[in-house]
Amino acid sequence: MMATDDARPVTVRRGRPAAPGLASGPLRRLDEGDGATSARDAGPPEREAADLRDAMAAAAADLADLTAAAGDDADAEGMLAFQLALLEDEALSEPAFAAIAAGAPADAAFRAALDAQVADYAAAEDAYFRARAADLADLRDRVLRRLAGEAEEAIPGDAILVARDLPPSRFLAVAWAGGGLALGRGSTTSHVAILARARGVPMVVGVDADGLEDGRPALLDGEAGTLVVEPDPAAAAAFAARRAESDGRRAREETFLARPAVTADGERVRVLINIAGPEELAGIDPAHTDGVGLVRTEFLFDGRHHLPDEEEQLAVYRRILDLAGGRPVTVRTLDAGGDKPVPGLTRPGESNPFLGVRGVRLSLRRPEVFTVQLRALARAATAGPLKVMVPMVSVPEEMERCRALLDAAVADLAAAGVPAARPPLGMMVEVPAAALAVAAFPADFYSIGSNDLIQYTMAASRDEPELADLARPTAAVMELIARVAVHGAATGREVSLCGDLAGEREHVADLLAAGLRTLSVTPTAVAAVKAAVAGWSARP
Amino acid sequence: MNGQVNGSILMRHEVGLHARPSVKLTKLAKSFRSRIDLGLSPDGPWIDAKSIVKVMAAKAPRNTVLHFRAEGEDAGAAVEALVGLVERDFDDGD
Repeated sequence: MMATDDARPVTVRRGRPAAPGLASGPLRRLDEGDGATSARDAGPPEREAADLRDAMAAAAADLADLTAAAGDDADAEGMLAFQLALLEDEALSEPAFAAIAAGAPADAAFRAALDAQVADYAAAEDAYFRARAADLADLRDRVLRRLAGEAEEAIPGDAILVARDLPPSRFLAVAWAGGGLALGRGSTTSHVAILARARGVPMVVGVDADGLEDGRPALLDGEAGTLVVEPDPAAAAAFAARRAESDGRRAREETFLARPAVTADGERVRVLINIAGPEELAGIDPAHTDGVGLVRTEFLFDGRHHLPDEEEQLAVYRRILDLAGGRPVTVRTLDAGGDKPVPGLTRPGESNPFLGVRGVRLSLRRPEVFTVQLRALARAATAGPLKVMVPMVSVPEEMERCRALLDAAVADLAAAGVPAARPPLGMMVEVPAAALAVAAFPADFYSIGSNDLIQYTMAASRDEPELADLARPTAAVMELIARVAVHGAATGREVSLCGDLAGEREHVADLLAAGLRTLSVTPTAVAAVKAAVAGWSARP
Repeated sequence: MNGQVNGSILMRHEVGLHARPSVKLTKLAKSFRSRIDLGLSPDGPWIDAKSIVKVMAAKAPRNTVLHFRAEGEDAGAAVEALVGLVERDFDDGD
C-alpha cells in the first residue's frame, strides 16, 4: 500500500487498556505468520526434509536466544523451554517427515502435523492444557517463517506495533525502547499483557487495525485505551507534555508500592488486588498487597466444553491461596450473564441481559452447578484464609438461600469425611436495592461492586461513550457507598470496594472520605492507589 | 543386567503433568540409556517417557498415579530417579 503525502484526518481507534503508560512513534504493522500461509512446491523429498530440518534448527536457535533474553522471568522462561523441548522431540515432526516422504511439500507437511497438535490441545478439558494450543501455534509459525526463508526480522522497540495478536515469544524478541503495542484481539489477562505490564510497555487490546498504514505517526494511550494516528501538532504536543508528567508521577508512585498504605494522618488502609486467575499473580509481588480482594471465577467456566469439576476448581483455589502466601483471598462465585455469557449456562437471547438472569440469580437456578463451586470452595478453605462472596444480590432471601446451600455443602463434606471448612460468606453490593436495604442482608462482609452500582444507579451503560458524564460516581452513587460503609462500621463487618473506581487515583480521596478503608484494585494500580492514600487526611 | 524395572507414584502436582513438569520429566528420562515407558495404569497403555509430545498428550491430571517401566542397563536408577522427581513435586515451587 502506498503512503501519500496528503494531509490525513486524525484517526482515533478505541480499545481497552491492557498495560498503562503512553507511547508515541511510527506505526509498525506485524503481519503474523507469512510463513503460515506459504505454499511451496514440493521439491525432491530429500530436499524438503533437509529444508525442514534446517528450519527447525534455526527456530531452536531463536528460542535459545529468547530464553537468554527472558532473564529471570520464570513464566517466559518456562514457556520457551517447553517450546524448545517440543521442537527437539522427534515425535513432533514424525508425521511431517512421513508426509514429505510421500511427496508433500515441507511447509504443508509441517503445518498439518502441528495443526493436529494445536487442535488436540484446544479440545482439552483442562484450562491449563487448553492454553498450550497458543504455544504450539507460535512454534508452528516460527518454523514456517524460517522455512519460508524469513530471518527473524528485528522488530523496532520504539514503534507502535500493531497486530491482530502477538505470541509471547515475539513480544520477548523486541528490544523495547519507548514503543507500545496495539492488538486487535488479545485480552487484558493474556500472557503478553502480563509481560507488557511487568516491562512497562504501554498496551491496548481490542483495537480495530484495519486500514492503518506502516510508518504513520501515532500515539498510544495505555491508560485511556486509545490509538491516535496522524495526530495534529497540538494533540502531539499535549500528549508529549502528558507523557512527561505521567512518567514523573509513575516514578513517584512506584516508591509507595512496597510499603503498606497509610493516610497522611497515619491511618492504615488495606489495598488488595482483583484477579481473574492464578497467572495474574505473576505480575505482582503479593507482599506488596494486603491480599486478593476479588477472584473472578468466570475464566474457569468460559470457552470449554464442560463446566469445571470440583477437583479442578479446588486445585485453582488452592493455587491462588498458596501464591497469596497466607494473605486473605476473597473468591466471587460465578458471575455469569450480563456482559459475561457462558455457553451452556447463561440464557442466550435475553432482551436485556444486564437486568436478566445473571450472577446469583443464575446460580440459584442452577444449584447443581453452584453446589460444585461451593463444595470446592469449602474444601479449599482448609488451606488458607479464604472468603466467599456472591454477586448481584438484590433481596435478603437470595443471601439466605446461598447460606443454606453453603452450610449444606459443608455438612455433606463433613458427613463424607472430606476435610472442609465453612468460609465467611459475604455479598457484593452492586444493585442499588442492596445498598439501600443493606442492614437486612445476612452477610458476613460486604464488597461494593462500583461498576454495576454506577450503571444501575445512573441507568447509564459504561460502554456508551456519549453517556460518560452520567456513568460516573455521582453524589447519588457516593451516598450509597457511604451508606454501606456506615453500616459495616456500625456492625463490625468489613466493607471493601472492588470496582474500577477503587483503582482510579482521582477517586481515592472520595472513597476514603465516604468511610472506606479497604480497596481492591487491578494489580497495575496498587502503587498509584497507595500514593493517593498517602496524600489524604481525615482531618482537613 | 537387562531386567525390567517397574515403579509407581501418586502425582500431587496441582496442575497435573503440565508443561513445566513434563519438560523436567522427559529431560530426566532422556539422561538414561534404558528404554523408559510411562503409563497411567499398571497395565498401560505405555508411552515413551522421553517424548514430551507423548507425555503431554496423556494430559495426566492431579492425583493421578504415574507408572514407570524401564528396561536396560540403568533401568533401576532411571525408575528410582523418576519416582523421586514426582515425589518431590518436580522440584517446583508452583
